[in-house]
Amino acid sequence: MRFLLIEDNEALAGAVVDRLALDGHVVDHAGDLETASDFTHTTDYDLILLDIMLPDGDGRSFLAQQREAKSRTPIIVLTARSEVSDRVGMLDLGADDYMVKPIDFSELEARCRAVLRRQGGAARNIISFGELEFDSLAGTLKIGGDETKLRTRELRLFEIFVNAPNQVFSKPKLVDRLFSYDEEASENAIEVYVGRLRRHLDTSDVSITTVRGLGYKLELA
Amino acid sequence: MRNLVLSLGLICFSTLANAFEIEDRAVFGPDGSDQVLRIISTADISFFEPMIQSYLADNDVVRVDYTVASSSEVMRAVLNEQQPFDLAISSAMDLQTKLANDGMALPHASDLTQGLPNWAVWNEMVFAFTQEPAAFVISNAAFADLPVPENRQELINTLRQNPEIFEGRVGTYDIRSSGSGYLFATQDARASDTYWRLTEVMGTLDPQLYCCTSSMIDDVVSGDLAIVYNVLASYAEQREDSDAFTIILPSDFSIVMLRTMLIPTTSENPELAAEFLDFVLAQTFPDGNSPLLRSEVLDTASEESLHRIALGPGLLVYLDQFKSRNFIAEWESSILQE
Amino acid sequence: MTAPNTKRSIRQRLLVMLLFSSALTGILLYFVMQSVFQQIAQETQDNILAASAISILDSARVSRGEISVDLPYSALSMLDRVTDERAFYSIRLDDEFLSGYDNLPRSIDFADADMTFQSAAYLGQDIRIAATRRSFSIDNKQAFLEVSVAQTLTGVNLALARISRISLSVGLGFFALSAVMALLIARSTIRPLQSLTESVSRRGPSDLRPVAAPVPSEMAPLVVSLNNLMARLKKSLARSEDFIAEAAHRVRTPLAIVRTQAEITLRRVEKEENRRAVREMIRAIDESSRTAGQLLDHAMVTFRTDNLSSEVIKLHELISETVERSQPISDLKEIPVRILHLDPIEITGDRILFQSAFHNVLDNAIKYSSSGKVVDVSLEIADGGFEIIVSDSGPGFSETDRGTLLERFERGENADTVVGSGLGLTIADEVVRAHGGTITLSNNSGGGACVTLSFPSD
Repeated sequence: MRFLLIEDNEALAGAVVDRLALDGHVVDHAGDLETASDFTHTTDYDLILLDIMLPDGDGRSFLAQQREAKSRTPIIVLTARSEVSDRVGMLDLGADDYMVKPIDFSELEARCRAVLRRQGGAARNIISFGELEFDSLAGTLKIGGDETKLRTRELRLFEIFVNAPNQVFSKPKLVDRLFSYDEEASENAIEVYVGRLRRHLDTSDVSITTVRGLGYKLELA
Repeated sequence: MRNLVLSLGLICFSTLANAFEIEDRAVFGPDGSDQVLRIISTADISFFEPMIQSYLADNDVVRVDYTVASSSEVMRAVLNEQQPFDLAISSAMDLQTKLANDGMALPHASDLTQGLPNWAVWNEMVFAFTQEPAAFVISNAAFADLPVPENRQELINTLRQNPEIFEGRVGTYDIRSSGSGYLFATQDARASDTYWRLTEVMGTLDPQLYCCTSSMIDDVVSGDLAIVYNVLASYAEQREDSDAFTIILPSDFSIVMLRTMLIPTTSENPELAAEFLDFVLAQTFPDGNSPLLRSEVLDTASEESLHRIALGPGLLVYLDQFKSRNFIAEWESSILQE
Repeated sequence: MTAPNTKRSIRQRLLVMLLFSSALTGILLYFVMQSVFQQIAQETQDNILAASAISILDSARVSRGEISVDLPYSALSMLDRVTDERAFYSIRLDDEFLSGYDNLPRSIDFADADMTFQSAAYLGQDIRIAATRRSFSIDNKQAFLEVSVAQTLTGVNLALARISRISLSVGLGFFALSAVMALLIARSTIRPLQSLTESVSRRGPSDLRPVAAPVPSEMAPLVVSLNNLMARLKKSLARSEDFIAEAAHRVRTPLAIVRTQAEITLRRVEKEENRRAVREMIRAIDESSRTAGQLLDHAMVTFRTDNLSSEVIKLHELISETVERSQPISDLKEIPVRILHLDPIEITGDRILFQSAFHNVLDNAIKYSSSGKVVDVSLEIADGGFEIIVSDSGPGFSETDRGTLLERFERGENADTVVGSGLGLTIADEVVRAHGGTITLSNNSGGGACVTLSFPSD
């Protein structure tokens, strides 16, 4: 999916772009509103991440412009303000959701997914691998004719694997991706989720194999 | 009952340096009481005794010392000699008024005095307790064949038309010696001109002049007089020999004299005096159940014809020396016709 | 809010002043009436005395070289026609006493007047004396016949007492009438002030529009000042809100950058102990950030509870919206938030505060529950009001927690592994109390904490 990140802080923007790329999204970065407008005129985005305080203006005016132009692209506001009145105001202006900085990437992914899911089928993102069809928004896994609904963490874990088949992910990396930092998650938890995914994949030509000492990878049988 | 009666001339009390003339004196009530009420009065003892007895019946510790004197002597005792009398009772309204006017009377106010009719009280000092009209008294024998005169005009006519009957048989007060006579005469003259005409008519008939009502009635009873003019009806009514005469209140107007009481400033026992005064007033007002006020002729007279002598400074006018000199001079020229 | 330092009300002051002036006028009226009528009463008496004296003088005749006075009856009787009066007179020819009361005080000085009046004491009483004289020719000699007539003051005193009573009642009546008027005037004077006060106090806390209703010109400066004050207040309120937002931004942006850098670093670090250190760092940053956020939230709550706005809130909608927004996080942690019960309830209050309170309670519940458990939310009508109940299946509150947990920065004994500032429940508590409600912390019978926000009905 194609995202637009409007954020003037380069370091923060770089991290967000990197992180979302891991999930298989293409992210364009605009450092100010003018650049952002140029981007939106030439490209259709699936989602816009919008900072509020920008060097050439207030993100809220951009938000209002977008909504006036009848753009249906979902917008998640990233703000350093925590005041609830601000957040409510943002929603009233047409934002689909907001997040308060500093951003927890797991939460960001979750909110992006939630917003995209709410947007409906228009922007379906189906990934095929072997005989699998994976719909990351709906959280469904199709094997042949059977459709399985994955639970959140199984889905997140499978998404990580399916976006990079044959790549080996170490347990610590997976913990980082799967859990937020306020959770005391152990690598054992990863083993539990991997176990669950393996049961879902039992009947298919796809499997998660253990690379001893390194981690796990997804591959065709 | 009368405990003690001292007759005129017998008395010479050291306590009363009586330069004034006493006519009679009586003391009622227990001996040696400190509560002594001294009354000086113009009324006879017999006239006032029932009232005193009635009072003493309820107040048995009080002693009443009752002295009788003429009205001018009452005046003299109180005003000039400042004798310590507790109550002055007199028929001489003018003198009583003068006593009060000259500051010789104590004011007295009680629930009872508040309820008195206006004419009966003056300045809360002088209180009237009888009404005594002046009347004609005619001899029934003399008038056997004559119409009874109902008013002064009829009396004038009767006198004029029958000089043979009335010559030397008409009596009236000698106003020079009688205070009541003078008062009646002046009030009569003030009320109507008829008085002077009547006086002149009487003057032509060789009138007999008297000092007192009682002797006039006596002479009517004895047949010496056919008619007397301006006598106190109350005296006449009380006579036991009243068959011999008829009392007539003139229908044109009847001068009514008020007998009055006052408490002299010289009183040594003003509270007692006030109490007695209230007692007398209670007996005589409003209905007057006291024999002092009971008068048949008064009851039959119409209220309009009653001409009560007004208490007040007007009465002082006739005490004025010029005024009395002039009045008496005029009276003398009418009645004596010398 | 502190009670203003008041110093007697305007109405009281006005009333006191008006009453004082009424009383003064009443008293003045009393004395003026008294003195005027006293004069009239005195003149009336003097006229009667004069008439009496003249009538006596008129009755004087000279005949045969001698003067004679025929005192008219009415001369003295007229003196006590209305009230009983003692009367005195004296008649003199030059200095020779002729008749009456010899020692009656004489008028020494006639000057040019025919008639003189004087007050004196005689025979123990106050009297008024009128004296008049006329010259007669007796034996070819001129002599003055002087007549004095005097009267006690019984009638005059009676009249004066009556006048005094009348004057007093007129004075009092005037005062009573003025007092009523004063009351009405005071009330009507104060009315614009009251209506201004009402119109200002009826406003919501955020209504800082200038007063536009017409006021009496005397109050215009007050209204101008009030409007200026409100304009300044509006500006300063906006500034403080901006300040809070700015502070949040200033604190959080660097934190966000550091956190991001740390996360990127974490990806490159392989060694387990280094990784742990970086993780710790991220956790510490998250905690600071959250603390900053909640501090600002708390400041905002304090600020808003002091200026509570009142609007109608559809509480059931607010709760379902908030729950829905927490869905991504609860999903992430695999903790479903269930709405067990949702009675439609509307209340009057501050929407933002309500959302903040509920959000904090819900956030806590999600935070302290472990994966796979549920959080239950219900909004229901209870005795004399309604309750919002959030119960989780976390470790619950310990006994010692319950009393202290609502204090600032107190965190539960079981919260050691969870990022949080300890302000969540404090915020909720302040909001609830500002709306007249209470917050109750309890444990479910099957384990887990239960937070109940109870409100009375409006």
